[in-house]
Amino acid sequence: MAEPNMKRRKLVLIGNGMAGVNTLEQILKLTNAFDICVYGEEPYPNYNRIQLSYVLEGSKRIDDIILNSREWYEENGIQLHTGTKVVRIDTKDKRIYTAEGETAEYDVLIIATGSKPFILPVPGANKDGVIGFRDIADCETMIDASRTFKQAAVIGGGLLGLEAAKGLVQLGMETTVVHLMDSLMERQLDEVASGMLKAELERQGIRFRMGTKTTEVLGGSEVSGLRFADGTELEAQLVVMSAGIVPHIELAKESGIETGRGILVNDFMQTSAPDVYAVGECCEHRGVCYGLVAPLFEQGAVLAKTIAGIEAAPYEGSSVSTKLKISGVDVFSAGEYLERPDHQVLRIHDDWHGHYKKVLLRDKRIVGAVMYGEVSDAPLLTRLIRDGALMTDERYAELFGGGTACCGGGNKESIVQAMADDEIVCGCNGVTKGDIVRVIQVDGLTTVDQIKMKTGATRSCGGCKPLVEQLLQFVLGDSYQEQQPVKKGICGCTTHSRDEIVAAIKGMHLTSVREVMMVLEWQQSEGCSKCRPALNYYLGMAWPAEYEDSRQSRFVNERLHANIQNDGTYSVIPRMYGGVTTPEQLRQIADAADKYEAKMVKVTGGQRIDLLGIHKADLPAIWKDLGMPSGYGYAKALRTVKTCVGSQFCRFGTQDTIAMGIQLEKKFERLWMPAKFKMAVNGCPRNCAESGTKDLGIVGNEGGWEIYVGGNGGIRMKEAELLCKVKTNEELEEICGAFIQHYRETGNYGERTSEWIERLGIEHVRAVVVDDLARRQALAQGVEDALAELQDPWQEVIESEKLQRDYYQAVEVDVK
Amino acid sequence: MTNQMKRVYAAIGKQDDFPQGLGRQVRLGMEELAVFHTTSGDLYALENRTPHRKGGSLAEAIVSGHYIYCPLRDLKINLEDGMVQEPDTGQVRTFHVKVEAGTVYVELIGQHDKSTELALSDSRSGGR
Repeated sequence: MAEPNMKRRKLVLIGNGMAGVNTLEQILKLTNAFDICVYGEEPYPNYNRIQLSYVLEGSKRIDDIILNSREWYEENGIQLHTGTKVVRIDTKDKRIYTAEGETAEYDVLIIATGSKPFILPVPGANKDGVIGFRDIADCETMIDASRTFKQAAVIGGGLLGLEAAKGLVQLGMETTVVHLMDSLMERQLDEVASGMLKAELERQGIRFRMGTKTTEVLGGSEVSGLRFADGTELEAQLVVMSAGIVPHIELAKESGIETGRGILVNDFMQTSAPDVYAVGECCEHRGVCYGLVAPLFEQGAVLAKTIAGIEAAPYEGSSVSTKLKISGVDVFSAGEYLERPDHQVLRIHDDWHGHYKKVLLRDKRIVGAVMYGEVSDAPLLTRLIRDGALMTDERYAELFGGGTACCGGGNKESIVQAMADDEIVCGCNGVTKGDIVRVIQVDGLTTVDQIKMKTGATRSCGGCKPLVEQLLQFVLGDSYQEQQPVKKGICGCTTHSRDEIVAAIKGMHLTSVREVMMVLEWQQSEGCSKCRPALNYYLGMAWPAEYEDSRQSRFVNERLHANIQNDGTYSVIPRMYGGVTTPEQLRQIADAADKYEAKMVKVTGGQRIDLLGIHKADLPAIWKDLGMPSGYGYAKALRTVKTCVGSQFCRFGTQDTIAMGIQLEKKFERLWMPAKFKMAVNGCPRNCAESGTKDLGIVGNEGGWEIYVGGNGGIRMKEAELLCKVKTNEELEEICGAFIQHYRETGNYGERTSEWIERLGIEHVRAVVVDDLARRQALAQGVEDALAELQDPWQEVIESEKLQRDYYQAVEVDVK
Repeated sequence: MTNQMKRVYAAIGKQDDFPQGLGRQVRLGMEELAVFHTTSGDLYALENRTPHRKGGSLAEAIVSGHYIYCPLRDLKINLEDGMVQEPDTGQVRTFHVKVEAGTVYVELIGQHDKSTELALSDSRSGGR
């Protein structure tokens, strides 16, 4: 309760990371009595450190993980000093000093300096190329290293080490995890789960050296490898140390604040110095230092209340649970995880589905759990373990199925019911139960997606989704169940799945986007940027002859048939069949590039020429001057057929790959697909045109062709699988057509062939497009029907003044 | 409080110049606008520049009701007040539009006061 006349107080935060800034956010919700000043060593505003794995994996960019933009600091009147190190705290004068010699007073000080990687005390650990996995700079170092170097070693087979290793594999490095113990994540998992995890990660390309102690980092000034206790060595040009973290306590310690392993705090996050608090990974509470995100939010909530002068329940520690953030690997662990004689053990181990679940009881109370493969009970178990709940027949039935509870017993309510309002539901984004209940009650939200949009809960790792669902169930009661189908709609506008929509289009003969939305009762009458392009595709696929493409439902690139660039100009890639061009064509391209002042002329990864920096209004004219058809470098369609030189010139060539590439490109160009589609034709197994990473890759040999499918060289690298071998060119073309059409008919919009094959299974695809002759021919005919309707979109625009006016020309108005 | 300024409008074309369900770029002196014609027949004018800090144009957006989806980063923006919808944030400057005898007029000064001054110095930096 602030006195009305009190002057504004100065709050200084040292450490611009998730723990500190989250505390500020919580303080700002409670009071505006402070002038706030933040010092951070990194040159960035607050970002989501737990998502660094995604940056490394390539599925997110740094910008995507920024939590608080610089504008946020401005809007809240917070002074932000990035790239600034605080070197001393004078706890008597209540002042801090920076490395640059600046100083600032405080009334209240929060230390949130986080932690740093534990660097093994072995010779050579200070060489260049030895890093931790802690911040954006580490991420950038790894990404850079992957461009130059081939081999990486990760020391430490815990959570962070495995995430780092997966990221490095994804970046194309040969990566070995060196682990001191005999099983991975041995502080969270038992041997069974750990073994299952290791097998899966090996399948994903990570190598392991278990039970191995590193004794030396080798190399000159730069690292070249590791030496182990058994005398063996491993070559590596990058070494990531992730054998643990150490709280960052030097500043506090040197300033006379009491420290142990971390900065010592009481149940209200107070340190030994007056008006100095600590929060997050840098502090030690009741003998525990946490290295996970959820406790930070719980601590921050208590600290914010304390600082704002509101009575807070003391922080009594957190029970932590673990989730590994590697795509396709679901691991969970909470509480006790190793069996002891005094435990009662409940266990399911299903090698067929790759599921494992173990729950440990002591005196009938649930004290720990480990799960692998299927982890949907994670929130429930986290809760039960934290509360030390009694195992009952109902709970048993809920966790292990069967038992005595009757179907749909509805007792899941009790988990969320028992939660306090300020308890964190979404650990990634710090969303509490109270926040979620409020948006359900006050804003009338009724779905997980709506809650995601409004609060951010479930937006990052998605682990809390079951809990959010249960909150909906709890707050809305039966009305939630009624209107909540188990399946998920293709976007927030509908509850219908892709298959239902396509079935309705075909079954009810729906022929326009509008009609589909009306018949299937879309919630937003004209749809959104997710469903509009998808429906347009499905309609075109279902009714090739009849359907009139909805240009307004296409993304800008497919609507304008050029690729929009970050500065609002476009890129133009003309079709160059098989990657073969002529001097005459090159002259035309050069002339056009000059005339329209292309900012850059670039050879693309798909053997084409890209003219970048063309103004929208000039597009029709440059297309006309080029006199070449669209290369579809912007579309969910056949991009290019890359070819090697083949038997026309190459001494190794077994087949005329160029002729075949051109033939296939001419055949399948313009065909709309669920996602972009890349092809290649090679004349020998050397694969100069890289068939192994294409949606459809063809490799010639003396007796015919091999067809590979489902390769991907993008975010999720995947090697193409052999579909079949054929002897004749006719057979090749027919199977290619059947494969493409089967993908067009059954793929989800946006789903690449790699994901599609993972979903359907290569055996199924082979059975349909190769083995079943009748289906193969029907599919090949389907592709012919679709192809018959297509024409060059650039020519269409050149010939239509209306298209030029409506889509390409700006209105110019003079203002006097 | 009586300082009521007269609204100044400029004609930017016929209603037919703006196809329904699409946006169109309009260069008006120093301003660059994106004018949208919804399927229900309403016209809206926004500054042709996304509030996303990395910039980019809006005229090529997908139009749905009185919302648009930004062509570069998929922000959902309300055409009526220029507000970016959750979970993203920001606001686009909007300009008042009126239609008289089939001619479309936009008000010369944007109604979103906060950014008017900025716009005078800054309006050329949008994509074109």
